[in-house]
Amino acid sequence: MSARERGLNIGLASLLLVVPLAAAYFGEPYYLTLATRIAILSIAAVGLNFALGLGGLVSFGHAAYFGLGGYAAGILANHALNGQAILAWPMEIGGTTFMPAIWLVAVLVAALTAFLIGMLSLRTTGVYFIMITLAFAQMLYYFAVSWPAYGGEDGLPVYVRNSFPGLNTFDPVQFFLISFAALMVSLAIFSVLRNSNFGLALRASRQNAGRLESLGIEVFRLRLTAFVVSGAITGLAGALYADLNRFVSPQMLSWHMSGEIMVFVILGGVGRLFGPVAGAALYIFLEQSLGEVSDYWQVFLGLLLLCVVLFARGGLIGTVLDRRNG
Amino acid sequence: MSIVLIAEQILNGLQLGVMLFLMAAGLTLIFGVMGLINLAHGSLYMIGAFACAGIASATGSFWLGLLAGLSAAAAAGAIVELAVIRRLYNRDHLDQVLATFALILVFSEGTRWVFGSFPLYLTPPEVLEGTVTLPGGIIYSRFRLAIIVAGLAVAGGLFLLIGKTLLGVRIRAGECDREMIAALGVNIGILYTLVFALGAGLAGLAGAMVGSIQSVQVGMGEPVLILAFVVIVIGGIGSVAGAFVGSILVGMADTLGRFLFPVFFGTFMDPSSAMSVGSALASMLIYLLMAAVLVFRPQGLFGHVGA
Repeated sequence: MSARERGLNIGLASLLLVVPLAAAYFGEPYYLTLATRIAILSIAAVGLNFALGLGGLVSFGHAAYFGLGGYAAGILANHALNGQAILAWPMEIGGTTFMPAIWLVAVLVAALTAFLIGMLSLRTTGVYFIMITLAFAQMLYYFAVSWPAYGGEDGLPVYVRNSFPGLNTFDPVQFFLISFAALMVSLAIFSVLRNSNFGLALRASRQNAGRLESLGIEVFRLRLTAFVVSGAITGLAGALYADLNRFVSPQMLSWHMSGEIMVFVILGGVGRLFGPVAGAALYIFLEQSLGEVSDYWQVFLGLLLLCVVLFARGGLIGTVLDRRNG
Repeated sequence: MSIVLIAEQILNGLQLGVMLFLMAAGLTLIFGVMGLINLAHGSLYMIGAFACAGIASATGSFWLGLLAGLSAAAAAGAIVELAVIRRLYNRDHLDQVLATFALILVFSEGTRWVFGSFPLYLTPPEVLEGTVTLPGGIIYSRFRLAIIVAGLAVAGGLFLLIGKTLLGVRIRAGECDREMIAALGVNIGILYTLVFALGAGLAGLAGAMVGSIQSVQVGMGEPVLILAFVVIVIGGIGSVAGAFVGSILVGMADTLGRFLFPVFFGTFMDPSSAMSVGSALASMLIYLLMAAVLVFRPQGLFGHVGA
């Protein structure tokens, strides 16, 4: 990473921290909620960036892990409130509203699902992989829609915001800080893993899997590990998103969500550390500003995305850095 | 449970399968010849349905609507190929996914802009209203039966087109070696536009026909698109025969699963939980079928290794 990119990253992080806090101070709490959304969606995109940016694995089904993380949070909180056990046998497991416990469950559920889906889908590459990850995510979507116990199509309300020791999570500033901290932690994990031997091998596997195999590194296991880490991070984002909206619905599992998470990554710059943050921020900004102009803002968003693909490759961060270099 | 009831569900499964084939055939041809993954194929299906509903209600003729659906989707396909898709053939799949995702946003919201958010309804023509009694005393909707017959006829026509005509020879040659047929003097640009418009027209035809069974609304294309992906993974990418077998398998498994699973769980559960467990599992059945194919034949039933 160049010094320029590092500077840009620090700038982006400070902007995301300072602007909403200043807005809250001056009595505009709306921007705080918006920034919390950006932070949480960025975490989901950091997860995908791991598989997509480092491993070249074009997963079009990351809504699966996002939604599962959300449902993990929603289901645990609901059981904690109504006092019923989730599982009565072989041991009794009840719900909880304790955030760290919820995060742990969300991450584990997402990681386990990513492991199972990865086992099947990583047997293939290219277009097959895209279609299969999309299909499995859609399977979970249809399951959530047709399973009535947790709200089915209507979704599941989370009546209280879950708790974090020492903090008041109902205070928007404190909840924003939790989300921001979680984003920084996931970015740190991304950065450390990218520069580790594992990350080097993973990036090499994207460029030439055959050569890596001949060096004695098993590409399938490498990719599976990356896929599981990727799903786990996105699962954490899902749990936070459930707490932000105090609502979980099958919409979190839908293909449209998968597409949005992918757009965040590509808009910001594939494989860049802060690409997901830049992409999610730009997307939410466009959603807000275009949404004021027209009810049909997605038409303009679509046209803009087309222009980005056709003419501005490398995403936002890539474009900014190139211009400065040139 | 009577034989007649099961026969009706089998016919419903066949009808779904035939419709899926019209979608999957276009997708698999486009991938086979141009190496492109087109997420916006579902939008072309939607365009076919809306054009059919619009023209049918304006002129009062279902047949004109059907023709309009087919031609509107084919025209939209040709325009999109010339304006956008053409620039994506040499890009990686990630760019193709993003660009065609953007096209979905444009098409879906654009359609909402023009037609509004309320679903439209299409009535089938009078000749095809009511039911027919098939041999064995099976009473079945005349319109659905017509869809099955029409779909099978189109499938037969497509096999003839690919197997027996000059265009078909070029399509097959394009699947084998794109550079070579360009070097042999075939105008590859026109061939690509034709293949894309052909796939789009098939999707539009499917949309126009299904529009009379379901409501015509924005977003109707994506569930079908994802089913078509499952079909292609099962059948093997680039293979029209694989798409046909995969479509019938998926159509049958989905329809019969939704019908039989609740009945099966009803034998040892109370009716309401049998219904919910049965329908939840049935909604996952085709994906489990896809997973099974992936375990035993990752290249699909009709696919080639290394394709």
